[in-house]
Amino acid sequence: MLHFFHKLASPKHFYRISGNWIPWLGLACFGFTLAGLYEGLLVAPTDYQQGDSYRIMFIHVPAAWMSLFIYMVMAGAGVIGLVWRIKLAEIMAISSAHIGASFTFLALITGSIWGKPMWGAWWVWDARLTSELILLFLYLGVIALYNAVEDSRTAARATSILALVGVVNIPIIHFSVEWWNTLHQGPTVTKFGAPSIDIHMLIPLLLMAVAFKLFYVMVLLMRARVEVLQRERNTGWVQELVSDYE
Amino acid sequence: MKPATLPQAFAILLRRDLTLAYRRRSEIINPLLFFVLVTAMFPLGVGADPALLRDIGPGIIWVAALLAALLSLETVFRSDFDDGSLEQLLLSPHPLSVLMIAKVLAHWLVTGLPLLIVAPLLSILLHLSDDAMHTLLITLALGTPVLSLVGAIGVALTVGLRKGGTILSILVMPLYVPVLIFAASAVANSDAGLPVNAHLSLLAALLVLATSLSPAATAASLRISMS
Repeated sequence: MLHFFHKLASPKHFYRISGNWIPWLGLACFGFTLAGLYEGLLVAPTDYQQGDSYRIMFIHVPAAWMSLFIYMVMAGAGVIGLVWRIKLAEIMAISSAHIGASFTFLALITGSIWGKPMWGAWWVWDARLTSELILLFLYLGVIALYNAVEDSRTAARATSILALVGVVNIPIIHFSVEWWNTLHQGPTVTKFGAPSIDIHMLIPLLLMAVAFKLFYVMVLLMRARVEVLQRERNTGWVQELVSDYE
Repeated sequence: MKPATLPQAFAILLRRDLTLAYRRRSEIINPLLFFVLVTAMFPLGVGADPALLRDIGPGIIWVAALLAALLSLETVFRSDFDDGSLEQLLLSPHPLSVLMIAKVLAHWLVTGLPLLIVAPLLSILLHLSDDAMHTLLITLALGTPVLSLVGAIGVALTVGLRKGGTILSILVMPLYVPVLIFAASAVANSDAGLPVNAHLSLLAALLVLATSLSPAATAASLRISMS
């Protein structure tokens, strides 16, 4: 087992193994998305207050979960990269940044589309919207810093530190913004005791959450493979691989 | 010659930075002028209604302070990086994070403290009450060191870059959000006659947190940037 992980951390083996995983991840992601959309759009009952427009939550909520989850993954991979100097962890951290920023953007856009009929405005300075916006800025900062530093290993280590500083700050930002203003509806899934969400709405939500996670892992592997090839372009195995295609 | 002990090294570095700043006084004056000018632009932009200015005054002053802090941040390491003394600092046998505190302290004394001196003037311009002015001074005293400490991490990460300035503001601005929120709402509350102890305690907590964590992060970032 340990030997497997050790091998996985070497770029060459990672490239080979991840190539086998991607089709299966894609298939699973496709299946969960279909099931989630079917349950969410056709089976789940209409909300007594919000009508059918609440259904955007099956995209919005998983995207918002992913936005925070990916930031944690990015910082975690960053720490591993900083402490043990594992190249692959650095690659994972920076590849996560772009995907995380996209999910954050998606959460903001879907939230704003939902907000127009519900709140009567495209944008409200609500606490959770605002902290999501600041999260997007944090992601963009990480990406900007990575692009600005020329040497990619130095860049990866610098962005890891930035991600760590961000992780310390995210709870502080979250609570400060929460205190500043709140309009957003309270959490309905993670409340203590029974969730106040209908079971027929919860099932598609969880299905979509799994689909989003699978999608993230798949795209992460794809991005990481490209990054690996770029960084290792002068090594023998990449030369060999490329010459096979010619 | 005996090598300097840590407190001596700290004092030497602090005195050196303050001397350098004193020799280049315009670097102290410019962010201060910027602070005053930005604040003075707002009444021209939004109209001179005293009630309106009272409402948005705390926010204006704090946003201006934030921008002034951002503007002056680059000077923490820029000249040391250009003339190579930053590399000497990295080679020092003393813990780098402690030396970073000296650098940030010097920077705050030069750029943060003067904001406190002109702030009463600005609060008169924006018709803030006397209570609000006192709170403003306390929030500036607690908040601007946090701006310098957190900003130093950003500067350390971008010091080797050619166009570090814009990236620096993208990196640092989101991290300034809590300070801005607590400080501006404290001033607004005290203008409305509400209690502000909770806000001030939280600002002080942020200051303690930033003082304990950010020097280490700054030191680590600097080592990465200079490697």
